Amino acid sequence: MKLDGASIVWASLVKEGVTVTFGISGGKVIHLFHRLTEYPIHNVLTRHEQGAAHAADGYARATGKVGVCIATSGPGATNLVTGLATAYMDSSPVVAITGQVATPDIGRDSFQETDITGITLPITKHNYLVTDVRDLAEAIKEAFHIARTGRPGPVLIDIPADVQVAQTEYVYPEEVHFPGYRPTLRGHDRQVRMATQLIDQAERPILIAGHGVTIARGEAELMELAVKADIPVVTTLLGKSCFPEDHPLSLGMIGMHGQPYANQAVQDADLIVVIGMRFSDRDTGSISTFAPRAKVIHIDIDPAEIGKNVRVDVPVVGDARNVLETMVRLAQPTNHPEWLARIAHWRADAAGHDILSRESDALFPQYVVRAISEQTEGNALIVSDVGQNQMWEAQYYVHRRNNTLLTSGGLGTMGFALPAAMGAKIGRPDDPVWVIAGDGGIQMNIQELATITQEKLNIKIAILNNGYLGMVRQWQQFFFEGRYSGTPLSGPDFVKLAEAYGILGLRVTEKAEAAPAIRQALEHPGPALIDFRVVQEENVYPMVRPGDSISQMMRRPKPALQDGAPEEVQA
Amino acid sequence: MRHTLVTLVEDKPGVLTRVAGLFRRRNFNIESLTVGHSETPEISRMTIVVNCDDAVLEQVIKQLYKLVNVTKITDVTDEQTVIRELALIKVQANASTRAEIIQFAEVFEAKIVDLTRESVTIEITGTEDKVDALCRLLRPFGIKEMVRTGRVAMLRGVSGNGAEKG
Repeated sequence: MKLDGASIVWASLVKEGVTVTFGISGGKVIHLFHRLTEYPIHNVLTRHEQGAAHAADGYARATGKVGVCIATSGPGATNLVTGLATAYMDSSPVVAITGQVATPDIGRDSFQETDITGITLPITKHNYLVTDVRDLAEAIKEAFHIARTGRPGPVLIDIPADVQVAQTEYVYPEEVHFPGYRPTLRGHDRQVRMATQLIDQAERPILIAGHGVTIARGEAELMELAVKADIPVVTTLLGKSCFPEDHPLSLGMIGMHGQPYANQAVQDADLIVVIGMRFSDRDTGSISTFAPRAKVIHIDIDPAEIGKNVRVDVPVVGDARNVLETMVRLAQPTNHPEWLARIAHWRADAAGHDILSRESDALFPQYVVRAISEQTEGNALIVSDVGQNQMWEAQYYVHRRNNTLLTSGGLGTMGFALPAAMGAKIGRPDDPVWVIAGDGGIQMNIQELATITQEKLNIKIAILNNGYLGMVRQWQQFFFEGRYSGTPLSGPDFVKLAEAYGILGLRVTEKAEAAPAIRQALEHPGPALIDFRVVQEENVYPMVRPGDSISQMMRRPKPALQDGAPEEVQA
Repeated sequence: MRHTLVTLVEDKPGVLTRVAGLFRRRNFNIESLTVGHSETPEISRMTIVVNCDDAVLEQVIKQLYKLVNVTKITDVTDEQTVIRELALIKVQANASTRAEIIQFAEVFEAKIVDLTRESVTIEITGTEDKVDALCRLLRPFGIKEMVRTGRVAMLRGVSGNGAEKG
């Protein structure tokens, strides 16, 4: 059957199981959108292409399926860039389709022409410029395959306008043929056996779980291994929710703003089993002092991650779930009562530093997050933004279900949460979806409130409004003489703004109002936004100074409620 | 230390940009890169010389393998190899210096490929050291123009295989 290029795109997306795309029309995708109405795919019209890319990313993270975003040439395509870089850093399977000027016009600086394959070269797993309609179906097949297999990532397909119109015989390839792309899924037997032996011998082992566990859907196997070998579990930011945080073996998050006892446990461990994480500087602090007493087992599907930042004793290249499955089978049932008791002691000590252990009527942001956690019983799908709000979410929302936190970890993209939540809600319509964002980040993609209304997406939005770009303000307070340069910001009236978009708007200024407002938002049948006017100059504690060892954490001073000089604590 | 990587890539548009871009993005120090056809149609062969320690070399190889179009990389640094570079060197010459220049070229088994009243153009093939040595000898005469291809390398003997991908 002969089809034009535009029809080939949609027919191929249908073959790949795509039912929804996120995108904006434009001069060089008119033909593509013209054909859309002939196929069973719904396009969510975002209000900015960045929103489309984040929404596709959010959909992909929430479902494990490939998220698709669409933009026109030139500015439409460049607007995708931040979203693609975000997906690339966090290994999220996204396929981006962009229109391009017609092939005879390429290279002539035509209207709305830009070299988007050149621009996205270092922020995509692979990309294509399809100059012949006969190559189109194969490129789409390959793009989906590359995006979702191995270590997932974004792939961009740039399709000139004349290729969208040109016709060819349509055959969707059954298979892909790559001489140079064969991800290793199965861990090497000998390496897995060696790793399991180290686990059996360890006296103070720790499991460090990263995003790879969630991507591989290896949560059940992680739980089995942790319980069978009696090993406490810490996670990275993106590893959060791969292990229930109310489980006795859960120590929460490590790193710059991790739980102090989680960091202490890693620093004191004699074995760390690292699964699907890449030793980001935010997790390790100063790399030379990270886990100094530990042997290191590193399991990752990307061979280039092994040995990139940290010396490894036993590397295992493979899919986290596959490797964990084997390790569960081989590991001996063990108990580590002394080790767990030592960690419990550290944990008890940390409680005294916790803001929530203090008597106060002030509306602390930590209290808001904990209230959302309690009112949703730790079961909501949370999409957090970037900055202080992200860290408070990570510290105070107790995730009980797998894959319930989506956040921009690697790139740290402010403005991610709102559009990503749209993709997440569409991917998992039965889950309660909450955005937790600051008043800075929410304004970076605030236009998507219109999309939420148009698509009738039941998303709840919590703004921790402190009138600052808070994380940078905190750094200024600690490291830059308290000079708040470029950080104070005034927002709009978020309640009126929500109402203008047809969304329920609530404001909370008192602690006592928080829980009732959260309940009201939950009971409201549509989207709702709550403007929490939180304590303005509250800081995220504990904190490891950039470049310091994670043994050295700045802790909240115990006696004073507001900040004095932070305490130094040596683990 | 200098390492020589023989890298086979699919002959697709943009593949050279992908390789070059990777070196820039990851801050790897590339010394030379040559590219041309291989014995297999649609497969190009790159000879990449990088200056780095062993840990970085491991990253170079692994990151290169992540490029979808890269099919095979062989580190031939410590192998028995034939290593060659070709250079064209245009040297200023006059009646009094021409004979000496030609004599130097002959010692190096280099060819005279062009001759004018004011210049001699020499083609030399050999290891980089050999090319360097001839350059040093010719520099005092005045090198007007020079082009060097960068290193190409091939394993000696029948087998040409290195590490398989993955």
